[in-house]
Amino acid sequence: MWEHHLNLLVRSIFIENLALAFFLGMCTFLAVSKNVKTAMGLGYAVIVIQAITVPANNLIYNYLLKPGALAWAGSEYAAVDLRFVGLISYIGVIAAMVQILEMTLDRYFPKLFIDLGIFLPLITVNCAILGGTLFMVQRDYNFAESVTFGVGSGIGWAMAIVALAGIREKLKYSDVPDGLKGLGITFITVGLMALAFMSFGGIQL
Amino acid sequence: MAKPVDVLFDPVFKKNPIALLVLGICSALAVTTKLEATIVMCVAVTVVVAFSSASVSLIRNHVPNSIRIIIMMTIIASLVIIVDQFLQAYAFSASKELSVFVGLIITNCIVMGRTEGFAMQNSVKMSFLDGIGNGLGYSIILVFVAMVREFFGTGKLFGIEIMKQSTEGGWYVPNGLMLLPPSAFFLIGVFIWILRSIKKDQVGAS
Repeated sequence: MWEHHLNLLVRSIFIENLALAFFLGMCTFLAVSKNVKTAMGLGYAVIVIQAITVPANNLIYNYLLKPGALAWAGSEYAAVDLRFVGLISYIGVIAAMVQILEMTLDRYFPKLFIDLGIFLPLITVNCAILGGTLFMVQRDYNFAESVTFGVGSGIGWAMAIVALAGIREKLKYSDVPDGLKGLGITFITVGLMALAFMSFGGIQL
Repeated sequence: MAKPVDVLFDPVFKKNPIALLVLGICSALAVTTKLEATIVMCVAVTVVVAFSSASVSLIRNHVPNSIRIIIMMTIIASLVIIVDQFLQAYAFSASKELSVFVGLIITNCIVMGRTEGFAMQNSVKMSFLDGIGNGLGYSIILVFVAMVREFFGTGKLFGIEIMKQSTEGGWYVPNGLMLLPPSAFFLIGVFIWILRSIKKDQVGAS
């Protein structure tokens, strides 16, 4: 049982890394990776949000949206298929969770709240979060699997952004051709990182 | 006041959303292995940007500032659901290939960026044109990347064979790297390099 979860965890962190294998959350990935400290803060926030929203959306999908999911409300609802409102409900959950996390941090961890600043609300429109949920739905994970997947994919994304931030801090001192400076070289760096991550492919536990 | 023509064509070359503003790369790169799927994706994004900009611009004077993000999200999500259902009904194979990336148009930063940055201050007609323009700017880069990837990765364009592969008795040994995720990064990096070498004013700080 737990081997299956360990396998899923490793897969979601390394092999199916949301940032480097599926290009999710790229906007923030490129914009916020200029120094390690902020990247780390954002990474934590993404892990927390991902670990909450993926299981939450899993419950919504399994008990409200899936065809036949409403059977608990009475047999006349058993045939209802609400999958088409999925996107709106997922994004609603994500926006609400981000808002709640923001208020909790503001109340109990004001220092972390100030450190994260603008990045916290921006998590709502981070494709990695919605992408995690959509992959969960597509692969039909059960609740326990969705918890593992949520945590794992969050950790994978956080790790990737911290690694990129580390590389970019060093890149500041290198002599890059004018046109390639900034964005161009970052893209190529990310490409090389993605290549390196592909060597994890095929690992089975 | 900007001319409608400028509003429409500026985002294509001068202010390209991908190359200059770094918006909307998230969902863009994973769908560029096949030209056909890429074009479906481009049309979907253009439609969503144009109509969400127009709708947001239509209600911009009636929406309280504090809840505008949620309103925009709802409008965008509804449009994406329409596009998603339409694709599932009329282009099922393409919709399967794009899998979760159609849904991810909701969080595509181009859509949010244009509604927040342009449509909130401009008239309906201008916002619509701006949306189309940004959709085109996004499409031009995606189509370029997809063309290179499909051509060198499989020797085909739109699934039609141009260079016969060596496994089928031809001469072309396909470049497998082109079908893997990293190649998209290299291509965009090179594209930005070319663009910024031509237009010196776009060079960014390192």
